[in-house]
Formats: sequence, structure tokens, C-alpha cells
Amino acid sequence: MQDVRYAKASSVDEAIDLLNKGGVTARVLAGGTDIIVQARERRREVRLFVDIKSIPETQELKYDADGGLTVGAATPCYRIYNDENVKRLYPALIEAASVIGGVAIQGRASLGGNLCNSGPAADSVPAMIVLDGKATIAGPNGRRSVAIEDFNTGPGRNILEPGEFVVSLNFPSPAPNSGAAWQRFIPRNEMDIAVVNAGSYVRFDGNNVSAAKIAIGAVGPTVLMVPDAAAAIVGKPLTDETIKAAGEAAKNTARPIDDMRGTIKQRKHLSAVLVERTLREAAQRARGG
Amino acid sequence: MINGEETEFLADSRDSLLDALRERIGLTGAKEGCNNGNCGACAVIMDGRLVNSCCVLAAEVENCDITTIEGVATQDGLHPLQQAFLEEAALQCGICTPGFIMSSKALLEQNPDPSEHDIRFWLSGNLCRCTGYDKIIRAVQSAATKMRG
Repeated sequence: MQDVRYAKASSVDEAIDLLNKGGVTARVLAGGTDIIVQARERRREVRLFVDIKSIPETQELKYDADGGLTVGAATPCYRIYNDENVKRLYPALIEAASVIGGVAIQGRASLGGNLCNSGPAADSVPAMIVLDGKATIAGPNGRRSVAIEDFNTGPGRNILEPGEFVVSLNFPSPAPNSGAAWQRFIPRNEMDIAVVNAGSYVRFDGNNVSAAKIAIGAVGPTVLMVPDAAAAIVGKPLTDETIKAAGEAAKNTARPIDDMRGTIKQRKHLSAVLVERTLREAAQRARGG
Repeated sequence: MINGEETEFLADSRDSLLDALRERIGLTGAKEGCNNGNCGACAVIMDGRLVNSCCVLAAEVENCDITTIEGVATQDGLHPLQQAFLEEAALQCGICTPGFIMSSKALLEQNPDPSEHDIRFWLSGNLCRCTGYDKIIRAVQSAATKMRG
């Protein structure tokens, strides 16, 4: 590993100070399942780890009907998928959090880390986007809240300014008659990086879809929103035809690369398949199934 | 605490927990396989949770409770999982075995009666290149049966 120092922050202000003074080579350490490996393999220059796990706010996991769900940025996956409120109200988050790495990864890895690592295939990100997630960011100039869909700007890059870090993530309470789902395709049964992943959210007003949000991952430099897929289903009943049109829109929005995990053709095809399947699942959940 | 013993050690800030266990404390049971969180050969239990010790910094474990493979057997003999791995021939070269035992132990502590699917899903973070996994699964099933009494 490169020569690196370690500091444990006990408050948000202390973390900001450490990150600010450390400059671009100071990196936040939450679960460490990405950053420790990147530092060791010298894929990122890291001179200072700022451990944020002792800051109570980064370990929160609480739900109330008004404020929705708050997940501390460093809250490990296993706590999220074992939480009764998350199980009941945010199954799409469970679907993603329970397949990020294996059990030993989930003992440490967090949604905040998955977001800030800014990987194009990050499993939790499409789920967090369609659930209208927001990241609470603290920095030298105070706090700000950024929609998760606006957070990442490219592979390994995001909107965080020097000295800033994500403290927590917030998801609004699910609206009545709404549902969300997340799925991915991998060639193994588990413990792999997504060839494609997708999240869908739908809300119904009577028989018609009144709102929808669809996001696909591993098919572009960041997770991609698919507004055309939403447009294909909103204002009408959800039918085999409209679902197929949404899948087609996802296929056209995807701009994947060929690599060892999959080809462009396969990834485009999978984008359609996963959007169709997650839409059906989300619709079933919206109808109480 | 490491395996129930108060342990003091000095580590470099770049040491992983795995480095510290092996190089500074002399506990060489946890193995370095991939050193990037994929193979599970370095798995240990930290404050009740299974973790890959290659993905934990030594500096992070101050005041933590850690169990390694060296802490699994007791005065009375091998842990049922260790015994079952022997009886079912669930190892060949043995490099992955400490990780599999730690991971299986963590599984059985939270789910004493796992299905085959539960076991395979849980152990997906442990790689074995010798056995083809079936014997490992059978060993875990057999230990689970024994531990349920």
C-alpha cells in the first residue's frame, strides 16, 4: 500500500477540517471495501484516510412517515437489509443492498460508499435514484442536499467539492399506490459486478400510471435516467405494449461499452429486459402485491 | 480483543488487519488470497460481523472484538465445523478453509438451519479452487445438524 495516514473523525466538523486540510489525496473511509483496495493497488492516490464511522450521524437508520427514511452514509448494508421499515417500505433498496459483494463485504460496505465510489455499475445507485433519494453533503461552506441522480459525473467522479463528504441519504416516504423494484444481470448467481442493473418506480392514479422513474446502470459513464421510458407509460394503463415501449426506450438510451463483462448488444438487450421486469415488479408492489 | 485475549500491537497506518494479524501478531490462520475482497480467504469475525480482514485497516480495530480461525477450536477439541470439514473431506489444499470456516460459523450463528441455497448464497464470498464446493456445502449441513443437537 502507498504511504498513507489514518485519522478518525469524531464529528462532522472534524471530518470536514481533516478533508479540507488533506486536499485531494484525503479520502473518506467508511466501509473501506473499495477505497482500501484502490489505495493498495494504487488506482487512486490516497495520503490520508478520514474514518467517518464514529460520527453518529453517519450510522443513523431511521424512518418516520413525515421525514421518510434516513440512512447514515456509513451504515453498513447488513443493517439496511435487516431493518423492518426498509423491508416493508423500500424493498428496492433491500434488493440492491443484499447483493453488493458477499456477506463479508456487506458487513462493512455502505450506500454512501457505493454512491461516492462513483462506479458506473454501482448496484445501489439506480435503486436510490428511482426512490428519489437525496444525499446530504457537509462541507466547509455548510450543508447542501443533492439529488442522487445529479451526484455522479463520470466513472470515479462526482460533484463533491474539496472538504465535502456525504453524511447521510434520505428517501421520501413511499406515496400511496406506488412501488419500486431493482434487478441486475450477472453471469454468476451472486457476488459479481453487474453487466446491467436497473431500477423502476411507478405510481398509479386509478388504472393509469401517474408517475414513473427509471434508471439503468453499467450502460454508460454514470447511471442513466430513462425519461423516455417514463414518458412511454405515464398517463396510460400499464400494459404489455407500454411496458415493451419502456424497455425499448431503455435500450435506446443505454450507451454501453464492450468489455469482458458483456458486449454492447447484450447490454442493450438486457437494459430492455431488466426495465420491463422491474416495471412489472414495481407495478405489482404498487398494487399491494 | 483477539480470540478472547486482550492484545496490544503497533501497526503501520498502511497495514490491513490481515497484515497485522499475520505479520505483527503471528496469527497466520487467516490467508491472503486475492487481497481485494473477492476470495474470502482472510475472513474473520469483527464485533460479531463477518469481514474480509484485507479490507479493514489495522488502525480501525482499536477496541474491537476479533475472532480468527485460531479462536474457533476450544480446549475440548475442534469446533463441529472443523470436524465436519475433516470428515466430509471439504478441503484439499486448505488455503480457503479458514475463510470458509469463519464464514460458515457466522452463518450458523445467525441461521442454525440453513437450506442448501442459504449456504451457497452465504458462502458466495468465499472462493475454493479445489473442491468444487459440494463437499464444503455437505460439511456445513452436517455441522449444522450436529450443532442443532
